[in-house]
Amino acid sequence: MLELVIISTLNGVQYGMLLFLMASGLTLIFSMMGVLNFAHASFYMLGAFFGFQISRWLGFWPALVIAPVAVGGIGALVERYGLRNVHRHGHVPELLFTFGLAYVIEEVVQMIWGKAPVDFRVPSLLDFPAFTVFATNYPAYKLFMLLTSVAIFVVLFIILRRTRIGLVVQAALTHPHMVAHLGHNVPLVFMSVFGVGTALAAVAGVIAGPALVTQSNMAGLLGPILFVVVVVGGLGSLAGAFAASLLIGLVQTFAVSVNLSMADIFAFAHFTPSPGTIARDVWNVTLAQIAPILPYVLLVLVLVLKPTGLWGTRET
Amino acid sequence: MSVLTARTGPAPRPAILTAIGRYGVWLAVAAAFIVLPLVFGSGTALTMMSLMGISIVFALSYNMLLGQTGMLSFGHAVYFGLGAYFAVHGMNAVAAGGLPVPLPAIPLAGGCGGLVFAILFGWVSTKRSGTAFAMISLGLAELVGSSALILRSFFGGEEGVTTDRTKLLRLFGVSFGQQIEVYYLIAAWCLLCMFLMYAFTRTPLGRMCNAVRDNAERAQFVGYDPQMVRFLAFCVSGFFAGVAGGLAAIHFEIANSAYFSATQSGNVLLATFIGGSGYFFGPVIGAALVSYLQVMLSDLTEIWQLYFGLLFIAMVMFAPQGIAGVLVMHRPLWGRRALSRVTAAYAIALPPALVMLAGFALVIEMTYRLAAKAAEGPAMTFFTVPLAADRPEAWLAAGALAIGGFVLFRLTWPIIAAAWAAADPRKESRP
Repeated sequence: MLELVIISTLNGVQYGMLLFLMASGLTLIFSMMGVLNFAHASFYMLGAFFGFQISRWLGFWPALVIAPVAVGGIGALVERYGLRNVHRHGHVPELLFTFGLAYVIEEVVQMIWGKAPVDFRVPSLLDFPAFTVFATNYPAYKLFMLLTSVAIFVVLFIILRRTRIGLVVQAALTHPHMVAHLGHNVPLVFMSVFGVGTALAAVAGVIAGPALVTQSNMAGLLGPILFVVVVVGGLGSLAGAFAASLLIGLVQTFAVSVNLSMADIFAFAHFTPSPGTIARDVWNVTLAQIAPILPYVLLVLVLVLKPTGLWGTRET
Repeated sequence: MSVLTARTGPAPRPAILTAIGRYGVWLAVAAAFIVLPLVFGSGTALTMMSLMGISIVFALSYNMLLGQTGMLSFGHAVYFGLGAYFAVHGMNAVAAGGLPVPLPAIPLAGGCGGLVFAILFGWVSTKRSGTAFAMISLGLAELVGSSALILRSFFGGEEGVTTDRTKLLRLFGVSFGQQIEVYYLIAAWCLLCMFLMYAFTRTPLGRMCNAVRDNAERAQFVGYDPQMVRFLAFCVSGFFAGVAGGLAAIHFEIANSAYFSATQSGNVLLATFIGGSGYFFGPVIGAALVSYLQVMLSDLTEIWQLYFGLLFIAMVMFAPQGIAGVLVMHRPLWGRRALSRVTAAYAIALPPALVMLAGFALVIEMTYRLAAKAAEGPAMTFFTVPLAADRPEAWLAAGALAIGGFVLFRLTWPIIAAAWAAADPRKESRP
């Protein structure tokens, strides 16, 4: 039991930090433009596939640097030539633009790399068990993912809170006109934030690619979870996104490892609903089976009960 | 008094003419629905027209939210899918119990299914508007989609629930075994739903939906509860989505979890937006066009969804008012004989635009051939032209087509702008 708790906690924190890498960019972009970027998870997927391709040509470590830079560049171009033009049509077309972009990126990835998962391997340098908890080996690569995410989080935090660049970015988020009057190039700031945000998602893609499955549906699987994270944490709140990432990461990993159903809990009562009914289905479903939908339950509950999100200050 | 009005007012038109003026469009649509299968009688065409009818109802129900009330939903397939399941279970129950219910009544079961769940989920989700509503709809769609795989007794798991539409009570000896009979059933329901949904836009509630869309706060000041208006619109929309689902269930004789998929929710959004969400007939155009493209493009190329997505992005960027909006934009030209001039300008712009598109399509197709289809070799045909995708000449030709086409196309923009300026002095350039 203790083993399960330790391993699940480690996995949950690691998954949560990975989510935060993406959620941080998403929530910054939201604060900036007031639009949820539907294509954010697609940039994560692009990162994974670019990482896969570059690691074939040059190896994993160059890929870890080049892929995010390339994806960040694409992100900046999308902001400059796409979103900025759509902006004048209003919020709904902006949201729909990112929606269409997500659609197209998925198709492009399928067009180039096909629908089957690609063979993206953990670099041999990190392909060993880092330590052993009871009987379970904890792979070094997962530890590397965790440390990379934490390092990026710390750097991002320092840049935003302690440097002049961070000051300008924060000011531009809330008072773009004032910042522009002070002589800063606000559109450039927006473009850079979008680029950096998508680059962070790409970093997450490169480091998650070998550990998870690198496939053309990975954006579709992760995208909705990302929204849950930023909405539950409170739109525009970095601290909220951090807490919500960890929360969702832990909830999902723990739920997956618990094989408990209503039938087990009430086994002592010797009660079972008649077979072939919905009640029977509900009775027999295990917590592990409903793990994928728990984030959405959380999302709907939070939006209905506390629309600002758990830590947010602004209503959506 | 009556003498006075008789003198000053226009001569009263005969009642029949008024009726034709008011319902003429509907009579024309009905006539088109009746005549179409006589013109396009092949099996493929009938199936496609049936699918069009279903997606027209679905897209119109979606536009009740997006266009009419200003609610962006990413989970409209939930009510479509639930409608399909209710229709399938209804058909199975009727067939098993020998109840006196004919097949044409079955979409009502779907509609009621959609309505019940729209009341349930709408109560939760319409408390919020804007982005929060969109997110809740996304969350609910994921919830229902996943639950469909867990609650096997109702949703039938991965394989779904099947039915047989010919086992129901027969009216006038029609068994609905043939596609043409199903087509007329769908066409009749489509026409009825279109009429009802148009009528809804003319009701006070329909007008309040517009008010809530444009300015919820002001609607509240006038004394209406925006949340209630959103909720009611959501319920009506859920009902018609359920009817569309019921029609789909009749057409395919199956309901499975694909009905709930994000693709389904996405497609209806795409169709509505491409058609033009600001106009009642926009989604009709969009749904018909998208259904047609899905069948035609998937015959032409395996990566049709990419073109479809690019079309959508192009619409969002350059014509967010949709096809209907572009058509309506040309309406003032009718009376001033300026249409021919603008049309001539378009005719000049069309060939370079097509060349440009062909160039881009060639690049995409050759990339696809070399990347995902590498195992099948570089030989391919593009619009019946055989070529090898690994030859530099082919890439040069594609690049020349794309860039040259774009340059020429760019040169025609001033011509179009001039034609518009001549047609309407108030407009400086093409909007």
